[in-house]
This record gives sequence, C-alpha cells and structure tokens, in this order.
Amino acid sequence: MSEFLRMGGYAAFVWSSFGLAAAVLLWNVVSARRLHAAARARALRRDAAGQGTP
Amino acid sequence: MSWVWFHKLASPPHAYRIAGRLLPWFAWPAGILLAVGLVGGLALAPADYLQGDAFRIVYVHAPGAWLSMSVYGTMAVAAAIGLIWRIKLAHAVAAAAAPIGASFTVLALATGAIWGKPTWGTWWVWDARLTSELILLFLYAGVMALRGSIDDRDRADRASAVLAIVGVVNLPIIHYSVYWWNTLHQPSTLTRIAKPSMAGDMLWPLLVMLLAFTLFFGAVLLVRLRAEILQRERNAGWLRTELTR
Repeated sequence: MSEFLRMGGYAAFVWSSFGLAAAVLLWNVVSARRLHAAARARALRRDAAGQGTP
Repeated sequence: MSWVWFHKLASPPHAYRIAGRLLPWFAWPAGILLAVGLVGGLALAPADYLQGDAFRIVYVHAPGAWLSMSVYGTMAVAAAIGLIWRIKLAHAVAAAAAPIGASFTVLALATGAIWGKPTWGTWWVWDARLTSELILLFLYAGVMALRGSIDDRDRADRASAVLAIVGVVNLPIIHYSVYWWNTLHQPSTLTRIAKPSMAGDMLWPLLVMLLAFTLFFGAVLLVRLRAEILQRERNAGWLRTELTR
C-alpha cells in the first residue's frame, strides 16, 4: 500500500494532479447544482409574487 | 412539418424536461467509468519505462485538455446556431458551456505544469502548445466577461457568440502546434489515422477516462442548461406545473 502511495518517488506530482482533477470535477457538480437550485427558487418566487412578473 | 417538431423540441418547457430526463444517462455512466478509469490508471497500468509513475498524470491531463478544446467547440457551434437561426436555446447552451470549459482548461494547464516539472525540469515554457492553451483560457474568460458586462440578454448572447466564434481559430493552432513548431510538448498520444503510440494496458484506462470526462461534461452541461432556461423564462405558466410537481 505504501509502495502504491509512493508512486515510485513521484507521489507529490501524481497525487496533486489527481487531487486537482477531483477538485475541478467536484466544483463542476456543486456549482451546477447550486445554480439550478437558485434559479428554481427564483422562478418559484417570481411565480408566487405575481403570476410571473419579473 | 419537421420545423414544427424542431421548435417544439427547442421550446423551453420541452428542453427543460428533456434535459432532466437525459441527466441520469450521462451522470451514472460518467461516475462508473471515472471509478474504472482511476483504478486502471493508478493501479493496473504499468509504470512507464522512462517516466516511471509520473506518466500517470496523463490520465487526468489528457481528458482535461480534450475537454478544454471540445467544450470550446461545442460552445462555438451552439453560439453560431443561436446567431444564425436566432434559437435562444442554443445561446443558453453556449452560456452553460463556458464555465465548464474554462475549469477544464485550468485543469489541463495546471496538471501540465505539474507533469512538466519532473519530466522537462520546468513548470512552464513559452512553448507553442502551452501558450495556445493559455490563450484558450483567456478566450473563455473573455466570452464570460463579455456576457457578464452586458445587461440586455439578447445583446449579451450575440456579442459573446461573435467572440466565441472568432476564437475558434485557436483550436487548430492548439492541435497542430506540436507538429508545426518543434516544441517541448510531445505529439498526441491518440491520432485518428496512426496506431496509438501507447501500449494496450496503458491505453485502455486513458480511453475510459476520456469517455468518462466527456459524459461528465454532458451531465454538468444539462444541469447548467436547466438553470439557464429557468433564468431566461419570464411569464411562463409551465414553470409552476413543472417545478411544483
């Protein structure tokens, strides 16, 4: 296991790259879902306020 | 007749609903393939005889670079469709794609720098491939900033579409930079005509990761597109029935 984590001496390079990839993927999921939830809440509020007046 | 069908498909309620229905078909395969590709790339593929385990960075670097360019292409095509045929849904797709593409351009540049240090001995050189990829990031930033700076939605759509289309000239420059100039960056691992310059047990995790990232882009694009459609809709009765059920 520790042999695997060492990555033949390139641990810092390999794991930081994969960590960065994970961060970018995660950011994409979280930001997209937040955007959709916010847009949905706004649309519902707009609808409740007066049949769709912005 | 086909135009009636097309306009129905491109209408906001339909697009919103279809995007929601398509989402699991992208998200689940993307998640499963990401897991398979990670195990394959990190554990099953053998170390490179020259670069040792450092070569494993390719499994996140190449898919990131692939998306940085293909997302830009998607965005530009959508922008052109929106501009030529005045289809608002196409502009919504272009707006949804930009931040996703920018994030993967950052990933490609950053993992490239991290890979460059142990293999080239430097984080960065002003090599043609690296420079044109950096310009791609500026193009994404420009398209998003232009959209953000114009309040009127239609004008923002048109202006950012023009910039996105003009920026397409950068895509072949990025792709062919490693052939046109004698650069530090290696040529493509995968080409359409030649045999891949990679052994099979190293190659399959790369193909899996490329497919996983592409499906992931599809899934995130669908969610962002749904948000865009909601933001662009005004005075629509369908929203209530769609959102409260």
